[in-house]
Amino acid sequence: MSAVAVEGVWKFYGDFPALRDVCLTAEQGACLALIGRNGAGKTTLLRTIAGFSRHGKGEIRILGTSPRETETRRHIGFIGHGISVYDELSALENLTLYARLYGLANPRKAALEWLERTGLERVRDGLVREFSRGMRQRLAVARAFLHEPSVLLLDEPFTALDDRAIAVLQGLLRDGLAQGRTIILSTHQLREALELASHVALLIRGQVAFHGPCTPEMVADPGLVYARYGED
Amino acid sequence: MEFARLVFVIMAKDLRAELRTKEAVNASFAFAVVILVLLSFVVESNDVPLPVLGGLLWLVFAFAGTLVLNRSFAREVPNDCLDALIAAPISGAALFLGKALANFLLVLVVELVALPVFGIFYNVRWTQQFWQLMLVVVLGTWGVTVIGTVFSALTVNIRLREVMLPMLTYPMLLPALLGAMELTGSLVTGAPIGPETVTWLKLLIGFDVLFTAASVTLVEFILVG
Repeated sequence: MSAVAVEGVWKFYGDFPALRDVCLTAEQGACLALIGRNGAGKTTLLRTIAGFSRHGKGEIRILGTSPRETETRRHIGFIGHGISVYDELSALENLTLYARLYGLANPRKAALEWLERTGLERVRDGLVREFSRGMRQRLAVARAFLHEPSVLLLDEPFTALDDRAIAVLQGLLRDGLAQGRTIILSTHQLREALELASHVALLIRGQVAFHGPCTPEMVADPGLVYARYGED
Repeated sequence: MEFARLVFVIMAKDLRAELRTKEAVNASFAFAVVILVLLSFVVESNDVPLPVLGGLLWLVFAFAGTLVLNRSFAREVPNDCLDALIAAPISGAALFLGKALANFLLVLVVELVALPVFGIFYNVRWTQQFWQLMLVVVLGTWGVTVIGTVFSALTVNIRLREVMLPMLTYPMLLPALLGAMELTGSLVTGAPIGPETVTWLKLLIGFDVLFTAASVTLVEFILVG
């Protein structure tokens, strides 16, 4: 059983097909880098896999079940374009809130642990609205990892991160992969993504133009996938 | 038990966020008091029958309540917090009820502060049937809150949501507002709820039960599409 299986999925915005017969799989412990130009459908695909919006035809299974099943959602971590934390709450309050929503046994302890792992323990009581963009992004990472999800869906997770924060995130993702977590990440920062990826999928206008293993040549020349399978 | 815990977590989060900024409550309270005071100068309470003043009070409650309800799901828009709530293992019903309860408490606080202002400026002895009036206030406020919260969810991604929310909610609220107005108008005269007015109470209860059940059932579809 694949950790994530997308079979013949279509998604329409009005008459516009944002996803066209998308078929993808990601096995347990795999890291799939989802690449493509702006508007190719990467975000739509990730949001559809996460169950944020319903698709038309096709089927999506996460760990063998629908992503809208409550139990399945317990195993999904998501980072979208927004950081999904509340400006009016402190970093600790935000993480404790999500720990409670995910039913963790000791919400405060889990929140403190992840604040430390993302280097935010010194500002734990600071309101998020006072945080820099990088700090906010690190908090978003902590929120997504807090409940130890089996499947991580990350939409451009390296955006707005400084070098140190990128290294922290890459370390967390590597640890996650070593623990058998499945990661699907969309990004325009090909080098960072391909260093982690076991597989690559290229989306062009809502269709999968390439889906296969990430080779050493791709890591050495991140533009290779576009050059070989892209339109330009 | 798990459902109740999640409802409480959502309610506590909304109350904490609102009490930290006081954006909606301050605006709602200021609106209610200003309108009540302004209208008291043009409405000579001695010339206006008390039942009409009950209607005026509920119009102010409904308009002031909308200011709180507008913020309910709009609070989730910055930073895409709604995505994280939809992604969390929490049912749409728990999310809705948590938000509705937080809104209910906030609107109720505004109303309870506005009631003495109403009594003073309109020379109304509103405490004559205090507990029955509280029952009507609670039932009417829950009706306003349920409809407002569900339409707040429906309009969360609309650009003109501040305009759309009142346009959608007030027509839906007509039965509840009618019931609350009739009952309040009667209670502030000192007359208890009796055979002549009990139908309005039944209407109010029926409205609350019906729309709470419908909202809890539909909210998942509204949020995910």
